[in-house]
Amino acid sequence: MMQTVLIIVSVLLSLAAAGTIYRIAKGPSLLDRVLATDVLLAIFAAGLATDMAINQHLENLVLMVSLSLIGFIGSVTVARFVSDKR
Amino acid sequence: MNTHVLLDSIAAICLIAGAMMSLAAAIGLIRFPDLLSRMHSATKPQVLGLLLMLIAVAIQLRSWALVPVLLIAWVFQLLTAPVSAHMVGRAGYRTKHLRKELLKVDELDEVVAAAAQYRASEYKEAAEAGESVEEAVGDQRGGPLPDDAETPAARVDEPEEEERVRRRRERE
Amino acid sequence: MKHPRVSLRQELPLVIWLVLIWGALWRDFSVGNLLFGALIALAITQLFYLPPVELSGRFNILHGISFTGIFLLQLVKASFEVFYLAVAQGPRLNNSVVAVQLRSSSDLLVTTTGHVISLIPGSLVVEVDRSTSTLYLHCMNVGSTEEADQVRNRVRGVEVRLIRAMGSREELELVRREVDGHTDTEWPSATGRKEDHS
Repeated sequence: MMQTVLIIVSVLLSLAAAGTIYRIAKGPSLLDRVLATDVLLAIFAAGLATDMAINQHLENLVLMVSLSLIGFIGSVTVARFVSDKR
Repeated sequence: MNTHVLLDSIAAICLIAGAMMSLAAAIGLIRFPDLLSRMHSATKPQVLGLLLMLIAVAIQLRSWALVPVLLIAWVFQLLTAPVSAHMVGRAGYRTKHLRKELLKVDELDEVVAAAAQYRASEYKEAAEAGESVEEAVGDQRGGPLPDDAETPAARVDEPEEEERVRRRRERE
Repeated sequence: MKHPRVSLRQELPLVIWLVLIWGALWRDFSVGNLLFGALIALAITQLFYLPPVELSGRFNILHGISFTGIFLLQLVKASFEVFYLAVAQGPRLNNSVVAVQLRSSSDLLVTTTGHVISLIPGSLVVEVDRSTSTLYLHCMNVGSTEEADQVRNRVRGVEVRLIRAMGSREELELVRREVDGHTDTEWPSATGRKEDHS
């Protein structure tokens, strides 16, 4: 059963990642791209969690905790120093 | 039907629902018309999606000792996601990434306009009193960037102000 | 050290929080591990200065639990609402920026309220005015002033719940009097003029 779940989840996450990458490519502004990068990071975290759940290991745990701790710093930094130019 | 199968199915449902949440965020990013509404789809589903995924991890590994770590991972996500969304939104509003025509009600706009008018009158007074415009600008913007606790109207319209000051200097 | 000294009692919540994180990260809540964690937490709080968070000094566990439950439900609802709006409405979306003035002037409570309403359906904080503790929210699917008033009421409701859970006694008194109807519930809007909330 878990193999089927893995396939479904991979397809869903790939579609989601494709959507965010489309937004990163298309823009139109820097802030849109930053926002989409943030979502892409969340999708990566979801992928890591799926890996842990289905293959039953804990190797990604530290990575996930640090991602949720410092993942926001990038977008905050860009938002802080973004200028009026598009 | 034993508990093993039951727990597995719950984990499977959580995983698929979590992946659906990521997809919801992506669909929102693609379909919403402006930055501020895209921000909603970047914040909310991601928090719930991570929660569901972490529940699935805890169930699959059948371990209570794991719950505090996962809870901490989630709480940090909960604390940081609105911060980044707020910073992006704030920058978006201030740098005119906003599409005003999409807003039906805008109560911040009134405040910004009032503050801009107030500051414009101050510039006028300064100019009439014979001070150089630079001094007036320097007074208002002295020191490093103030922290988040300032009034919203104080700095929002800087590009426009700069433009205004530049024009006035050209006239003189 | 130039910083004003912070008393140990003020630091205590932070130290306890750090010790809990330490235990959770090691997945080991034995006494020895926690003691070592407490040692590290004390060293960190003494070495790296942080301005202390001003807690109100009271916390109602019952209200806290009910608030957490409602918050989790709202979180689920928010995600599905975003999903629905993205699929069903997409580009044809009515948005608004709404000013909400909060009762409390405590930084902690304003911040918590802002966080919570960023995660419940339909609203996100765009701008904060600390001097008048006014939040400017971006609201999805809000197209008229009546709906904006609904948002305002909802946000003030969240604030009331938070005050009941963790607000100071003065704020609690304010809420109680308001519920009893002794004060008028007229709130000045952000631009200073009075608004009718009948």
